[in-house]
Amino acid sequence: MTPQIRIYCRTTALADVRAFLQQTLSGFDLSDKDMIQITLAVEEVCANLIIHSHHCNAKESIDLKIIAGDNKLIFEIKDYGKAFNMLDYEAPNLEEVKGNKRKGGLGIILVRKIMDEIEFESSQGVNTCRLVKWFRS
Amino acid sequence: MLTITSEKENKHDILKLNGEIDASNSVILDEAIQKLAANGSKSILVDGEHLQYISSAGLGVFMSYLEDFQEKEIQLKIFGLSARVYEVFKILGLDQLISIYPTKVEAILD
Repeated sequence: MTPQIRIYCRTTALADVRAFLQQTLSGFDLSDKDMIQITLAVEEVCANLIIHSHHCNAKESIDLKIIAGDNKLIFEIKDYGKAFNMLDYEAPNLEEVKGNKRKGGLGIILVRKIMDEIEFESSQGVNTCRLVKWFRS
Repeated sequence: MLTITSEKENKHDILKLNGEIDASNSVILDEAIQKLAANGSKSILVDGEHLQYISSAGLGVFMSYLEDFQEKEIQLKIFGLSARVYEVFKILGLDQLISIYPTKVEAILD
């Protein structure tokens, strides 16, 4: 069975995402470093969707699914409604984050640094973000 | 869950973080730092020994004070981070921008 969870769009649901990831990923032989990096990246995407796409409207939901492949893990994050493709947003450099006193933007840099592949697709009101992490055996 | 307690030790203000920082509660950290700065603190030491997790929302709070505190000559130092939390700072290279120390003594002495 594919591990999955539905969360509702409030920031307190991020703790549920972490708990779900920790529980599910403990079944894989991951290093502590991979574990925290993956948790971070998946949470950052969910946080972006909750805050920017759904404006913390707890009536709206996000579905997260973990698919295990050969030497890779795929994290599929689906939300519904207007698409927010974070790849369209230019990640700021650290100097900008420092200078502009903007507290956002770091999440996108993190996801790009941690994940090996990031895909977005949007069809008939369903937006799918796929994060792929490869493990060299 | 995040709780923050503040205590004074000589001329240093120590902020003890306990729990996890994410987008749901990073504002608490922001307010705690802001309050100390507004009260005239010149040395804020963040005790990260019991910090179990930090996401970009928390990192962004620390980043947002870097320039301002440099201008106002307020020192902001973090100490006691676990290896896994320190790793998060390292992914973004923030370990080069923010003053991070293994222990409180080292943070005070530097």
